[in-house]
Amino acid sequence: MQIDRRRFIGAAAGGGAAAALAAWMPAWAQPVSAGLKSRLPTVSGEDITLRIARQTMRVDGKVSRAIGINGTIPGPLIRLREGQKARLTVVNDLDEDSSIHWHGLILPFHMDGVPGVSFPGIKPRSTFVYEFPIVQAGTYWYHSHSGLQEQIGHYGPIVIDPKDADPVAYDREHVVVLSDHSRLSPEAIFRKLKVNPGHFNMQRQTLGGLLAGEDQSLKDRVEWGAMRMEPTDVADVNGSTYTFLVNGHGPRDNWTALFAPGERVRLRIVNASAMSIFNVRVPGLRMTIVQADGLDVVPLPVDEFQIGVAETYDVIVTPVEDRAYSFVAEVNDRSGMARATLAPRAGMVADVPPLRKRPLATMKDMGMGAMGDSNNASCTAEHAAMGHCTPAADAGADHAAMGHGAGGMNHSMRDFDVAPQVKRDPGVQSISPMPVDRMGEPGQGLEDVGHKVMTYRDLVALDRNPDVRAPGRSLDIHLTGNMERFMWSFDGVKMSDHHEPIPFIEGERVRVNLINDSMMSHPIHLHGHFFELVTGKGDRAPRKHTVIVQPGGIATFDFTADALGDWAFHCHLLYHMHAGMMRVVSVRPKGDAA
Amino acid sequence: MTRASLLLAGICVMAVTAPAAARSGHGGHGSAPSAPVVEEPMPMDHGDGAQMDMEPSATCTAEHAAMGHCTPEPEDAAAPEAPADPACPPEHAAMGHCTPAAPVPTAASGGVGTDLPPGDAPAPPVPDDWYADRLYPKGDMEHSRHVMMEESGGLTTAFLGFNLAEYQARKGRDGYRWEAEGWYGGDIHRLTIKSEGEGAFGEAIESAETQLLYSRAVGPYFNLQAGVRQDAGHGPDRTYATVGFEGLAPYWFEVEGALFLSGKGDLSGRIEGYYDQRITRKLILQPMAELNFAVQDVPESGIGSGLSDMELGLRLRYEVVREFAPYVGVEWARKLGDTARFARAAGEGAGGVSLVMGVRAWF
Repeated sequence: MQIDRRRFIGAAAGGGAAAALAAWMPAWAQPVSAGLKSRLPTVSGEDITLRIARQTMRVDGKVSRAIGINGTIPGPLIRLREGQKARLTVVNDLDEDSSIHWHGLILPFHMDGVPGVSFPGIKPRSTFVYEFPIVQAGTYWYHSHSGLQEQIGHYGPIVIDPKDADPVAYDREHVVVLSDHSRLSPEAIFRKLKVNPGHFNMQRQTLGGLLAGEDQSLKDRVEWGAMRMEPTDVADVNGSTYTFLVNGHGPRDNWTALFAPGERVRLRIVNASAMSIFNVRVPGLRMTIVQADGLDVVPLPVDEFQIGVAETYDVIVTPVEDRAYSFVAEVNDRSGMARATLAPRAGMVADVPPLRKRPLATMKDMGMGAMGDSNNASCTAEHAAMGHCTPAADAGADHAAMGHGAGGMNHSMRDFDVAPQVKRDPGVQSISPMPVDRMGEPGQGLEDVGHKVMTYRDLVALDRNPDVRAPGRSLDIHLTGNMERFMWSFDGVKMSDHHEPIPFIEGERVRVNLINDSMMSHPIHLHGHFFELVTGKGDRAPRKHTVIVQPGGIATFDFTADALGDWAFHCHLLYHMHAGMMRVVSVRPKGDAA
Repeated sequence: MTRASLLLAGICVMAVTAPAAARSGHGGHGSAPSAPVVEEPMPMDHGDGAQMDMEPSATCTAEHAAMGHCTPEPEDAAAPEAPADPACPPEHAAMGHCTPAAPVPTAASGGVGTDLPPGDAPAPPVPDDWYADRLYPKGDMEHSRHVMMEESGGLTTAFLGFNLAEYQARKGRDGYRWEAEGWYGGDIHRLTIKSEGEGAFGEAIESAETQLLYSRAVGPYFNLQAGVRQDAGHGPDRTYATVGFEGLAPYWFEVEGALFLSGKGDLSGRIEGYYDQRITRKLILQPMAELNFAVQDVPESGIGSGLSDMELGLRLRYEVVREFAPYVGVEWARKLGDTARFARAAGEGAGGVSLVMGVRAWF
């Protein structure tokens, strides 16, 4: 890890408050960062020791309890080089079991760091040595896979420099780790979700809102009420308890990344949140996406993009003016934002845009994608112009005409004939009756923000996919849940109820359809593999380790089961996983199983 | 200064300045930058049509142009790259409303990679062992597996909440009332305790009942409950067997109902419900209703057959925090039919209106 210390000290000297915080932060996450140089790392990265311990952290001036690594939150940047060997000695100084999972790294399954799946975990006051070759390049991260430790600081970034020249040209780089932080303990957060569904949702519709003509019409409210569906339920845990962090700093701490005007600045953005899907933008600057989940993509200029929990995106910005810019990561229900500043000098601030109005779920989010939409989210101006739909009042009438009035809809929202593989269980609140592929959509509330927002369909891999065979079979997996009980599962079965892994034969290629039967977005992560999104990009499909499946929609990927062993497969919303939304995927040599 | 012109300016500047920056040896750029220009394989090199899914110019973005990998057509440098076809999203195409503008050329020739349809190979058998057990001590794996399973949906929760805890101002002696519920368990199976009662200040408790129930989730919204109920207060202390339900009805009504069979063989029942109307995000109006009925007269308890009493309440609470909400309200309660007759015969009133003040709280 190459840091220009003198430059940092010079920059921080101006702010006494900033300097006071320094002890809690790794150098690259200091309140003012001059950035990392793009020079390749030294060999000292071959043998790394990480110490997990309790500590405190200070966010926007308030101190809370936390778990850090080597004394900092986020943990230290692990900078490696493709082709090297890594020997990572992890010391657990906690009074409880812990673990580190290397998110997105291709490695032998017994080094993946998931207790109960890939290894037994790291006992209190003991050490585990991870040893594996580094076979890839890009931006990744690491975090605890034990209990709820990740929520309170047990995470950090990984940057792997390519062994050959980097196809992305840049003059300066900054690592940007986004996360969410609460003063409530993670156990308390989970308990509140269990006993009081919607506990953290402070943005429900109100009678006052109805009278003021805001939000849904009375008719829609009655219809949604009949279905017991809450359109404002976008994020289970949100700004009502969370402070959103950039490199461990709250919005008021204002972490600042320095640049010289005209430089190409590479931002390596990691969403290390427990529960927060962010919409990222830098007002006044176009971002060019050059990497998704650590792998290079054809440069894609956008004004905004949604980053699911556990995804990473590298973007290039080229600020030409000698002024500050705000970096804004607004949480998807718009109850708060992480904020940082890009500036030519320390101490500068730019306007921070206000939070935008929170989105309301639509019929499409309920899995009625192929039908009309009484909220008209799908009736954008261009569609209306083409005569495809009428934006105003009569959508409701169409709806009724289609036989999906309140009564009929009520029935069809939980029709197990649509998904026979899903267990009839109290944990399944609804089944999407007509889900559609939503990988061409930017995410909830981003349909009409007036500028270019990335969709998965826009991504094209820079390199040809390594395996371009047709999948030998396809597999449907339903993402199921019940918001009223805060139960989450795959195919209606919680991890705790089901020991059986999902089997794959080593080397086989399988198409996986993730069908979201809930009204929430789920970032789904498959350990040990990259998968290719099926978005019409042929042999240049974007390869990812985590994919957001939008509410009531479908996301499809092909993957080659080439990594022998048992692997975790789960929703990366921490409390969804904790509630049961996880399975084990088992890749066995042909003839080895059973 | 419009946004569009700013963007255009930004992109142009990027295209123009980037090569200079790349060659100027900016801090730390060292040896890396010059190499890719020469040897790096880039997608635009493919002459065989392997990367057909994009418009040709899209591959030559500012970055690449800047690196000397390609030459953008003049107008392309400034044109923001369009997604596949924003006007024709898949759902519309599926409905036959439109045809995506940029069909993938390779699809015509059979397609490659992810464009290919899946086969119908059978799924492999489910393995009956765990791979990690081959590499780590089996006992350690067993233990960690157990913990992992429990931490992924198997944990238990405890809850205690007062829906009502209030002072009642009314004609005659003022009184009090409570209604509480606690539970412990997992998502499906729970042990539930309910307690409710009322009385007047300066007198013995008028009525108090406690129910101990096994509760089981029977659908996404409802729990079935069965157990025992023990009464205290006026009249004989009775024990009942009880079976009931509790849950969330359409239109967000919280409802609850139960049948009670006393040790003497008397059958009675109760149904109640409430609705939370959010006026603002913290101010909530809660109308509620409760009906009690009995199959037969139980004179010693003062209960007549048929609909025995009803209660209507309207409470306005302010959620200081979710867990603590003081309220004020009004309650109208009335004994009916034979129950009212029994009450009058005992010299009591048949009901009336109370002004109430209390707190809804949970832990």
